[in-house]
Amino acid sequence: MSLALYRIDDRLIHGQVVVGWGQPLDTDFIVLVDDNVACCDWEQDLYRMGVPPEMELIFADVTTAIRDHDKYTSDEREGILVAPDIPTMQRLVSGVPSIREVNLGGIHHRAGRVQKNRYVFLAPEEEAQLRAMVESGVKVTAQDVPGAREVPMSEFIASSEAETRSA
Amino acid sequence: MKSSTDDSVEKSESPRAIVAGHGDFPDGLVSAVDQISGRGGVFIPVSNRGLGAGDIESVLTETAASSNVSVIFTDLPGGSATLAVRRMMRANPSLVLVTGANLAALLEFVFQAAADPKSAAITAAEKGRTALAASGGQ
Repeated sequence: MSLALYRIDDRLIHGQVVVGWGQPLDTDFIVLVDDNVACCDWEQDLYRMGVPPEMELIFADVTTAIRDHDKYTSDEREGILVAPDIPTMQRLVSGVPSIREVNLGGIHHRAGRVQKNRYVFLAPEEEAQLRAMVESGVKVTAQDVPGAREVPMSEFIASSEAETRSA
Repeated sequence: MKSSTDDSVEKSESPRAIVAGHGDFPDGLVSAVDQISGRGGVFIPVSNRGLGAGDIESVLTETAASSNVSVIFTDLPGGSATLAVRRMMRANPSLVLVTGANLAALLEFVFQAAADPKSAAITAAEKGRTALAASGGQ
């Protein structure tokens, strides 16, 4: 399988993805799945500036990513797939049952979200969507960079709930 | 808010640029500029630590507006701070972005006080580029 990582990261293309993961995974291409970016040339130009010339950046909306997923995984090169948010990844996972692991790399604070760890903040509905993914057999973990510990979702949600109870 | 300034950095000088990037990189570079030149106050350090893409852009936009600076140095060309500045440049083409900032570049910028911001940034970028070298290994 040539997609080594399915990552949710609201920054999409940035240092942790391109360098932090991209180099140790020997990444040749990144599939950026975002309906808003897939339809906007200016946004695509912006993100292209963020990857080195030897790395291909493929833009896809969710529908296209589902359709082309087999093509990505049959590619002889190594790749990473990144999505901006949980709903986007959930749609992708629903359409591609072969996706068995999802990495939470950066879901930052905004109104209505509760901090789960240093780089993951979740709204209740997002947490429910992740739980649904887990219940469908997908392994969901948080890990911002390769050198960090891979934290199972059950661990940081449980600890957050424990903190809430003890507060 | 991740904008921060080392207490030891002289504040009396008006800021002329922002240094934005990962972790403590901005604070560290500005601290180093201050140690060498005593003019760390030329720069406002802004870290992207813990911020989403929209927040980085907001912090940088507010910082640039409130300090009236038009030059922003960033670390990685593909980093989130750089992408945020590129978005800002869409609305404000007068902004000047310098990626791959290093100490040599910032020091050159400090001493280009008489030049217009764009010229000073171009000169600083050239200085920073030539400072990067590898040697030895025999």
